Amino acid sequence: MHQTFDAALEINLLHANQEGADHNRAHFDEWGITCLNVMSSPGAGKTALLECTLAALSPELKIAVIEGDMTTELDADRLRQYHVPVIAINTGRSCHLDSKMVAGGIHRFSHDYHPSEFDLVLVENVGNLVCPAEFEVGEHAKVALLSVTEGEDKPLKYPFMFQEADCLLITKMDLAPHLDVDVNQIVANVRQMNSRVTIIFVSAKTGEGLDAWFDWIRSTVIAQTEVQKQRISAIV
Amino acid sequence: MHETDMTKALILTVRDWWESQPERPTIAKVHLTVGQFTCVEPASLQFAFEVQTRNTFLDGATLAIQETPLVAFCHSCQQEYRPEMGIQYACPACRSPMEDIRSGRELKIDRIECKT
Ligand SMILES: Nc1nc2c(ncn2[C@@H]2O[C@H](COP(=O)(O)OP(=O)(O)O)[C@@H](O)[C@H]2O)c(=O)[nH]1
Ligand SMILES: [Mg+2]
Ligand SMILES: [Zn+2]
Ligand SMILES: [Zn+2]
Ligand SMILES: [Zn+2]
Repeated sequence: MHQTFDAALEINLLHANQEGADHNRAHFDEWGITCLNVMSSPGAGKTALLECTLAALSPELKIAVIEGDMTTELDADRLRQYHVPVIAINTGRSCHLDSKMVAGGIHRFSHDYHPSEFDLVLVENVGNLVCPAEFEVGEHAKVALLSVTEGEDKPLKYPFMFQEADCLLITKMDLAPHLDVDVNQIVANVRQMNSRVTIIFVSAKTGEGLDAWFDWIRSTVIAQTEVQKQRISAIV
Repeated sequence: MHETDMTKALILTVRDWWESQPERPTIAKVHLTVGQFTCVEPASLQFAFEVQTRNTFLDGATLAIQETPLVAFCHSCQQEYRPEMGIQYACPACRSPMEDIRSGRELKIDRIECKT
């Protein structure tokens, strides 16, 4: 005889990804590492920003990069010039990084290096404005980039990433004078859905605003390290 | 598109549950709630589910998707409102930013219909 029954799950569709993200974050916490998930549409300037960041902050901070947005191995090589570990993730045809891919990367990283010597892991996500925001990878904060060439309406049309971002970099500011772009409108559109995000205007080309970005990283690392220390002393 | 990955995530989650069941029931239907303020397109999810479940433990199972609208709560006005996706998220009455999303972010497996 056949019997039918209902099982109530009440479980998030991304439960498995979430558990993986928590696993990764636990590693970072145990190693005293702050992890930032850097997201944007393709070509908004993530790799260029990471290059400036490595040039300025390494070795002040000990940094590793998880590179998920490679068109070629050249992108990873661009970053390796700064003498930091660059863990390249093969995302296949996936349009975002998920926590399992990143877990593979950090396990490799912990095998090849001494992770507790590191302060900061920068994850360059796959270029996509939509779903990377939905798939946590174990980050402590989300950084979104929007270049001035993308148009003021993008935060309204693709709100998820902007709503979740802790820091938003409006990039390629050197191009703004050549365009009919109203940067105040970009800010107003983002503020409609995210009143707490730190917004910084930058140009990787001229260096405009980068100091404010570096300061944001420094204070985020300090705050995160403090949280991690308190958690350890609470356990001991 | 990312619905392929979403479906993979969904199948993984359902498989975890299924493998924890001693009798490994036959799954007839998976009920989801998908909010409007997520990156999931229900039609694409349906299609991806059909394709990816063939010849798996979910072969023949169907997917029922309940969509929920984006609803926010304005603390200044003490009132719920419906932001217009793609156009306006701030409170239409007082322009306060959308802070408190009451519905629309769901990506949930509600229940599973099984046969034994
Ligand atoms: N003018 C200008 N171009 C930039 C800036 N940042 C990046 N670019 C250019 O934009 C293109 C894409 O940059 P890339 O860093 O590869 O973007 P990604 O796909 O987000 O990693 C490259 O041609 C960069 O040289 C900037 O601040 N100003
Ligand atoms: Mg890149
Ligand atoms: Zn691990
Ligand atoms: Zn995706
Ligand atoms: Zn209001």
